[in-house]
Amino acid sequence: MNQPASAYFMEDRHDPNETHTLSVLVQNEPGVLARVIGLFSGRGYNIESLTVSETEHARHMSRITIVTTGTPMVIQQIKHQLDRMIPVYQVVDMTLTGRSIERELAMVKVKGSGDQRIEAMRLAEVFRARVVDATNESFVFEITGGTSKIDQFVSLMVPIGLVEVSRTGVAAISRGPEGM
Amino acid sequence: MSESNNHDPNQMTGAAMIVRALKDHGVEHIFGYPGGAVLPIYDEIFQQDDVEHILVRHEQGAGHAAEGYARSTGKPGVVLVTSGPGATNMVTPLTDALMDSIPLVCITGQVPTHLIGNDAFQECDTVGITRPCTKHNWLVRDVNDLARVLHEAFYVATSGRPGPVVVDVPKDVQFATGTYHPPQKTDVHVSYMPRVKGDPEQIRKAVALLTTAKRPVIYSGGGVVNSGPDASRLLRELVAETGFPITSTLMGLGAYPASGRNWLGMLGMHGTYEANMAMHDCDVMLCVGARFDDRITGRTDAFSPGSKKIHIDIDPSSINKNIRVDVPIIGDVANVLGDLLAAFKASGKQPKIDPWWFEIGRWRARNSLAYRRNDDVIMPQHAIQRLFELTRGRDTYITTEVGQHQMWAAQFFGFEEPHRWMTSGGLGTMGYGLPAALGVQVAHRDSLVIDIAGDASVQMTMQEMSTAVQYDLPIKIFILNNQYMGMVRQWQQLLHGNRLSHSYSEALPDFVKLADAFGCVGFRVSKPGDLDGAIEDMIKVRKPVLFDCNVAALENCFPMIPSGKAHNEMLLPAEANDDATAKAFAGGKALV
Repeated sequence: MNQPASAYFMEDRHDPNETHTLSVLVQNEPGVLARVIGLFSGRGYNIESLTVSETEHARHMSRITIVTTGTPMVIQQIKHQLDRMIPVYQVVDMTLTGRSIERELAMVKVKGSGDQRIEAMRLAEVFRARVVDATNESFVFEITGGTSKIDQFVSLMVPIGLVEVSRTGVAAISRGPEGM
Repeated sequence: MSESNNHDPNQMTGAAMIVRALKDHGVEHIFGYPGGAVLPIYDEIFQQDDVEHILVRHEQGAGHAAEGYARSTGKPGVVLVTSGPGATNMVTPLTDALMDSIPLVCITGQVPTHLIGNDAFQECDTVGITRPCTKHNWLVRDVNDLARVLHEAFYVATSGRPGPVVVDVPKDVQFATGTYHPPQKTDVHVSYMPRVKGDPEQIRKAVALLTTAKRPVIYSGGGVVNSGPDASRLLRELVAETGFPITSTLMGLGAYPASGRNWLGMLGMHGTYEANMAMHDCDVMLCVGARFDDRITGRTDAFSPGSKKIHIDIDPSSINKNIRVDVPIIGDVANVLGDLLAAFKASGKQPKIDPWWFEIGRWRARNSLAYRRNDDVIMPQHAIQRLFELTRGRDTYITTEVGQHQMWAAQFFGFEEPHRWMTSGGLGTMGYGLPAALGVQVAHRDSLVIDIAGDASVQMTMQEMSTAVQYDLPIKIFILNNQYMGMVRQWQQLLHGNRLSHSYSEALPDFVKLADAFGCVGFRVSKPGDLDGAIEDMIKVRKPVLFDCNVAALENCFPMIPSGKAHNEMLLPAEANDDATAKAFAGGKALV
């Protein structure tokens, strides 16, 4: 073992990373999002996607959906670290339950003329994207779906004349009658 | 406060609410430093006698004093500081308390609400800065929220895994009048529900492992001390009942008595050979309120490779963080130990572990804490041993700074009871011990409170000697003076080719004259023959003392697990010659 002179044991772990979607129910109080984000940056965890919005106004509850990557041990740590935060009610690993629906919404602006416009419309139809704005030389499409579907749609728009994309990030909910 | 007949007694200013809440939570002492943004609170403190305020010389001192107070009493430590620099000076003690799970309630003043965000004089984003170094924090913008937030703050700080909290109160909220209410059951944070009771199924699995163990070891930590007196009592009962060997982390010393038959000494980087070997070779490990810190485990992939591990912790995030365990039990130590002990007794099984004890006896015989005696210079280990022997049977509390002296204190001072040992374990804060001793002495006026210090650490918070004099707190600062930052130098010798970069203090103050200047008593000893007499004199003095104990300058702290090595690759003092050291640290830079 050839580690540098150090006060710490420096270890290269090469466990494979997994991607998990976590739903976090929080008390909607000032600074709660900063706490969650600070936890991720402070402990060196990854955030692939993060969405947050108040979901129960009367009870001041918000729902945060986080897509994160890490080794199984790190994912477990993330869940425990989130769960022990004072304003966090509950953390559910939507990936582990295996019965969740994940969607994001994207608005995709495409510029072009002639055949490009026709091709854009044709692809939009295939992907069930809606036109929410149109000019003589551009469209804005609204598309919802899983992350990979949106990735695919966006990549197809690149050669046609992609201008910009705005995405909401992933929202997730479990199937069946039970709530969180 | 004058009150007319038709005046509602629960109507009061925010500043009055703060003092009232302190009284309602049974707070007798607070540590603090005034400033512009807390003047209304200081005005309220001036007009009452129930809460005694200890004026420190630097806010960091207030924080560590409150930590010492909390650690030695089991009650929360309370700090009051002003906005801006007052708050930022608290960052170190807050982080220290978070790492070592010490309950602190810190009230900070803030600039008036309408100035927040304007870069006002002595403004800082206190809740932003302290968010990662507290268990929770609050900025109170409405005086009518203040009572609830204060009560929540005490609850959060003291329940579950204890920790520091900050309540940031803008000056206009302190002046504003609102409605106070005494603490009530509903003043708990709605989403905060710490788990106390262990899962019976997990406890059953744990007992099945314990009763069939052939080479068991109990590894206890600071969580036992935090859980309260019942936890230590039950731990002792469990050890007696099972006959298992027990070791402890730095933070857990005293939960099991050092004079106990089954005691292996501290484990970890500077732990005893027998403790670390037992950890490495055991077949069942029972971890009670400890967290598999990197100073304990050494290299994680070689940590206790053949054992089944049971882990009792109140914080689920401590489970499987560094080391995978087989039977996690989430709950309060006292609660879980009670159930575990009952289930163990009910099993009627008594594991036979005589061969294991025989093996431990062989490790013990290596005498890993041995050091060279010297008649001309005081060996630091000897100084601690004498201090221990001469204070035996007294009502003694020990605090430390951070470094070699801290490890020697942990190795050579035997603790019989919990709450007697205050040290900065997780954060490793030099300058912790002196103010912590102040806090301990405030809580235990007639006890003997000694800070075992190093010459470098003690200078970091030296100004608090002035506080000790002001409040007649007869703390004893026992400085093992080797003129080096000893632990830094030790690592430079072992890992950085003996290049002693900035670890030598060219100019030290004359500690005896310094004591005189503060109005304390100074001692200096450099001959082993004078040591006992001087320690006895120090104990007799009813004033704060700076004791300058000149020790062998180049002594290093052993045994030691070199970084990147496993528990069974310890470097023992007898073997710590240059060749062996070079070999043990091979892979590091060339050794001179």
